[in-house]
Amino acid sequence: MGMTMTQKILAAHAGLDRVEAGQLIEAKLDLVLGNDITSPVAIKEMEKMKVEGVFDKDKIALVPDHFVPNKDIKSAEHCKCVREFARRNEITNYFEVGEMGIEHALLPEKGLTVAGDVVIGADSHTCTYGALGAFSTGVGSTDMAAGMATGKAWFKVPAAIKFNLTGKPAKWVGGKDVILHIIGMIGVDGALYKSMEFVGDGVAHLSMDDRFTIANMAIEAGGKNGIFPVDEKAQAYMQEHSSRSYTIYEADEDAVYDAEYTIDLSALRPTVAFPHLPENTKTLEEVEEKIAIDQVVIGSCTNGRLTDMRVAAEVLKGRHVAQGMRCIVIPATQKIYMQAMEEGLLKTFIEAGAIVSTPTCGPCLGGYMGVLAEGERCVSTTNRNFVGRMGHVLSEIYLASPAVAAASAVTGRLSGPDELEW
Amino acid sequence: MKKATGTVFRYGDNVDTDVIIPARYLNSSDPAELATHCMEDIDKEFIKKVQPGDIIVADKNFGCGSSREHAPIAIKAAGVSCVIAETFARIFYRNAINIGLPIIECPEAAKGIEAGDEVEVDFDSGIIVNKTKGTQFKGQAFPPFMQKIIAAGGLVNYINEA
Repeated sequence: MGMTMTQKILAAHAGLDRVEAGQLIEAKLDLVLGNDITSPVAIKEMEKMKVEGVFDKDKIALVPDHFVPNKDIKSAEHCKCVREFARRNEITNYFEVGEMGIEHALLPEKGLTVAGDVVIGADSHTCTYGALGAFSTGVGSTDMAAGMATGKAWFKVPAAIKFNLTGKPAKWVGGKDVILHIIGMIGVDGALYKSMEFVGDGVAHLSMDDRFTIANMAIEAGGKNGIFPVDEKAQAYMQEHSSRSYTIYEADEDAVYDAEYTIDLSALRPTVAFPHLPENTKTLEEVEEKIAIDQVVIGSCTNGRLTDMRVAAEVLKGRHVAQGMRCIVIPATQKIYMQAMEEGLLKTFIEAGAIVSTPTCGPCLGGYMGVLAEGERCVSTTNRNFVGRMGHVLSEIYLASPAVAAASAVTGRLSGPDELEW
Repeated sequence: MKKATGTVFRYGDNVDTDVIIPARYLNSSDPAELATHCMEDIDKEFIKKVQPGDIIVADKNFGCGSSREHAPIAIKAAGVSCVIAETFARIFYRNAINIGLPIIECPEAAKGIEAGDEVEVDFDSGIIVNKTKGTQFKGQAFPPFMQKIIAAGGLVNYINEA
C-alpha cells in the first residue's frame, strides 16, 4: 500500500520509512509560525515550560498582522509582548510594521516555506503553503509553544481525498471559484481531519496565486492540509523567492484515498458562498434575486496577492464604485503593495472610489478597517462568512473572487464582471 | 481522570470559533475576560446561566474555523466541564486536549441528549449517562498517547514531565 504526498513528507520528518493513516507520529518542524493574536498565548505557555529559549531562532516566524497597525491599547500590548519575545530570543524572522504582510502571503514571498517542509502555524490558514508542496497545518497556541520549544509536533497521519483537476478555467474564473466549488460539493466538514491532495493536468493552468488561494481554504472544508504537486511553476516560484533547497515528494501510484473527485475547471463559473457557511455556494448564474451590497473587501490571506490586485483593477479600471459603496482594497504584503503601485493598480483603485490600506487581516475577522453594522451586506474575497465574522451578528458576508467582488462594488449588488459593459 | 456532572447546553452543527469567542474580543488573552463573552453571538443567555460543571453538547464539526485557542480557553474558563459532540473540527480538538478541556466524540450521545438534561461523563470509561432520560452512551476513548497528555493536565505539563 503506497503513501500519499502528505504521508511521505510526514514519514520523512518522523524518521520513518513509511507511515499510514491514523498512525500517531512525532515530526521535526521546519518552521513554526505565530501572529499577534495567537503568539501572546503561546509565549505565556512557553514560559511555563522547563526550556531554555527556542529550539532554533531561524525556524520561527512571528508576524503581527491581525490587529496591526495596533487597533487599540490591548492589541498594542499583545504586539509589544511578541516584539519583546522576538528581541529576547533573537528571532530572525520577526516582521515589524513596515516590513510585515499578511502571514500566509508573506512567508512564501520571503522564501521561508518550500516544498517538502513540515510547517505548523498558530493560525488556521497555515495550510496555504501546500501550494508549494509543503505539509503545513494550523494549530493552537500551546502547540505553537511546544513547537518553538522543542522543534517537534505530534500528528495523527491523515487519510486523504484526491481532487483530480482537469481543463483550463475560463476568463474571470480563478482559484477562489475552484475552492468554493469544492467546499460547496463536500461541505465544511467534508475533509475533516484529512489531506486534500490536488492533482491533474488542470493544475498547470492555475497560477501560484490561484494555488495559494485553493490550499488556503482547505481548512474551510475541515481539511488538515491542502497540497499541490511541485511542477515547473512551483519550482520557478521557489527559485525566485527562496535561497533554501527544497525536496519534491510525489504520491505513490498505489496511494490510498478515502475518496476521489474529478473537477473540470473549464466548466466552473464564478461562484459565491452565501451566508453563513462557506459551503452555501451558488454560481452567479444560479442567483436569481438582486442582492444589494453595502461594502466590498478585496484582500486577505486568501485573495490579497498581486494576481488578485490585477484582476480587481482590470474590473475597476475606468469605472467607479456604486453610490454609497465602501470598497476596501488591502494588498497582502508591502511588496505586493509596492508592485501594485508600480503597475498603477492603486491609482485605478483610488480613481474608482475604493480605498487602499496597509497590509492587515483587520476586516476579515471583524477586527477593524471595515466592521459591518446590523443588516449590512459585504462581498468579500476573504475565507469565512460565519455569523458575526465581520461585525454585527445580523450582518451578511458573501465570499467571492476578486473579479466578482470588484464587479459587485461597481454595480452595488452581487454581480460578476460579465454583467458590466466591456 | 474524574467524572463531570452538569446541565446541558445544546447546540447544532458547525458551531464555529467566531461564535464561541468573537474576534472582536481577541485583543485580550485573559481567560476570565474571554469567558464573559463565551458563545455570545450564538446564545446570549449562555454566560448568564452557565454553572461550574455544566456540559455543552453539539452536533457535527464543533469548533470549526479559526485556530484560536481562546475558544476552548473561554469555554473552560466559563466553567464548562466537558464538550460532547458528534464530531469536532481538528484544530479545536487538538487545542482542547492541549489546554486540558475534556471533549468526547459520541454521535449517539449527541442525538440522545437535549438542552437542560442532567448528564454525567466518566472520562476513564468514556461512559456518558443521561440522568434525566435514564439512558447511557459509550463515547470514543482517546488513544493512549492523548490520554497521557490529558492525564498530565495538558501539553505543557506533558513536555515538562518528559
